[in-house]
Amino acid sequence: MVQPDVLSQPFELGFTYTRSTGPVVGRFLTGLRQRRIFGVRASDGRVIVPPAEYDPHTAAALDDFVEVGQEGEIVSWCWVAQPRAAHPMQRPFAWAMIRLDGADIPMIHCIAAASPDELATGARVRAVWADEPRGFITDIRCFELVGKAGASPAPATGEDAGELEPVDRIETPIYLHYHFTAGSAPARFLTRIKQGVLTGQRCPRCANVYIPPRGSCPACGVPTQEEVVLPDKATVQSFTVVAIPIPNNPIKPPFVVANLVLDGANISFIHLMSECENADVHIGQRVQAVWKPADEWTYAMDNIRYFKPIDEPDVPVDKIGKLPITGLEG
Amino acid sequence: MKEIAVVAFSQSDCLAQAGAANEVELIMPQLQAVFAQVGLNNAQDVDFVCSGSCDYLQGAAFAFVSGVDALGAVPPIKESHVEMDAAWALYEAMLKIRMGHAESALVYGFAKASSGELPIVLSQQLDPYYLAPLWVDSVSLAAMQARLLLEQGLVTQHSMAEVVVRARRNALDNPHAQLHSETSLEALLAEEYFVSPLRPSDCAPVADGAAAMIVCTVEKARQWGVPYARITGIDHRIETHNLGMRNLTDSVSTRQAAEAAGALGGVVEVAEIYAPFSHQEIILSRALGLGDETRVNPSGGVMAGNLMMASGLSRVGEVFRRIAAGEIGRGVAHATSGPCLQHNLVAVLESA
Repeated sequence: MVQPDVLSQPFELGFTYTRSTGPVVGRFLTGLRQRRIFGVRASDGRVIVPPAEYDPHTAAALDDFVEVGQEGEIVSWCWVAQPRAAHPMQRPFAWAMIRLDGADIPMIHCIAAASPDELATGARVRAVWADEPRGFITDIRCFELVGKAGASPAPATGEDAGELEPVDRIETPIYLHYHFTAGSAPARFLTRIKQGVLTGQRCPRCANVYIPPRGSCPACGVPTQEEVVLPDKATVQSFTVVAIPIPNNPIKPPFVVANLVLDGANISFIHLMSECENADVHIGQRVQAVWKPADEWTYAMDNIRYFKPIDEPDVPVDKIGKLPITGLEG
Repeated sequence: MKEIAVVAFSQSDCLAQAGAANEVELIMPQLQAVFAQVGLNNAQDVDFVCSGSCDYLQGAAFAFVSGVDALGAVPPIKESHVEMDAAWALYEAMLKIRMGHAESALVYGFAKASSGELPIVLSQQLDPYYLAPLWVDSVSLAAMQARLLLEQGLVTQHSMAEVVVRARRNALDNPHAQLHSETSLEALLAEEYFVSPLRPSDCAPVADGAAAMIVCTVEKARQWGVPYARITGIDHRIETHNLGMRNLTDSVSTRQAAEAAGALGGVVEVAEIYAPFSHQEIILSRALGLGDETRVNPSGGVMAGNLMMASGLSRVGEVFRRIAAGEIGRGVAHATSGPCLQHNLVAVLESA
């Protein structure tokens, strides 16, 4: 068995959601845009900041808004000596639970400070505003210790809440970064296809051959180990003619996407067909891989550009996916 | 009501990085192990399957569906999934059995958390308006919780380090442990802070891997003729997502779940507690009402290796293992989910 390379590459996953705020969160964010901080009074009279939509104890809808102070005291904190790339500050900083004046429930935000020695539970902090608040939690850029250098723009513009459209939705794009590692079986497959060889795996129980392999027989639920080198001839099991342009796809429609079963394999994979009249493509049709030049081969299924029809008799439907490695003649 | 038994359990080694293994390759050895313990072929031989995992951890949409490739789902099986630790998959499986819809179930959990930056990925489970956009990571939230405890005199740096020393020592007997050693309080307390007041050793080492379990009715366990432990109680409770509204120095939800599960209705010989941070083990031991007669985390707990989405199930599995081996007669398992112990499950296991 070929020892596979460990194939790993970074990728970014983006969730580019726009969220509707509803009236309670929207009121808070509208306030931030005016450099004002609003909480809401809970059923027991306590003021929750940022405002909760429902009372955590009684589940009552809350709408008794209260403006709170821009200063408060630290309830708890931690010191981030090595900020992470996603963090709002890239120099050492603190996260803190901060109880603002007039609030009962602490909120979580970051504190800019030169060192953890400056911080203490009970210390007074004040909000530092972004230059151009837009109705987002980061309009409060951070908090800073009262009495330490203050460069914060003047708070509370005094604008009437009615002067601006209330915030009713926010864009919250999230990008997470990962290292994707191909599994052992896929890595073996990709290592071989880089050499122009198609390698499947055979189930030890039902003898089905899977390509590309994932390391298991999904039908039997057992691991697959035995490798089978397969030819690059296949049969059309099913197909579709794509007539609409797909965003970011360089291939111009109409083009054919087909489920193909390699000779000696029992399960189809999806690939392109070309060098054919789209109208002539049919189930049972015999095809063969058209490879890229060998010096362009990499760890990818698209080392095969597409499959093209070959001059062999059609495979009867009940034989598709059941041909031996030797193909039709076998 | 049908009494339910655990009949098989297996977990993988806790690896900081599982290398090339994909979901199926992580799960498969554990499934094969539990099938072998009972003498089953595959998931066709149980009535229900439920898994726990979280696609965000490896950033692969529908990774849990790929996991089904490990089951042998031809012909189709009854299958379900929770986007949580597999301890909650166990809970679902037990409901299925108690409702009479199944006599046996396979439960498994898995994760490849090393693919992403776990504390940052977990920040995205927080309030999407007020917290997620700040990227408040899970370690920092736990650190603020620890400071509340420290400053109220409920724990000390010393008592936190003691948790770690004991966990790593206990893990010397755990073949799957990632961290296992004799270590001194002095050495731990000399560590630089990670996110103060937490040191690196206060945080469980995150591991890739999987765990699997088979549960069934007691009648079925007898029919199969394998050693088993009865689950005599299970309950889970969740607290508000608003961290400021919670008393972070206590775990009210654990106490409630323990009472509802009947944890205190007998001697707790062993408690396996899912505490990803050292101070949380102290909170949880108190909430569970444990005394000197209880051995806490004899496996080393998750301080020996934290299999995301499987560690909760593994706590149940560890108690099962000791009961099935005749080592103890009664134990409690705990699982947690969410920031600062937001959501907690307690199960009580007893000998046949």
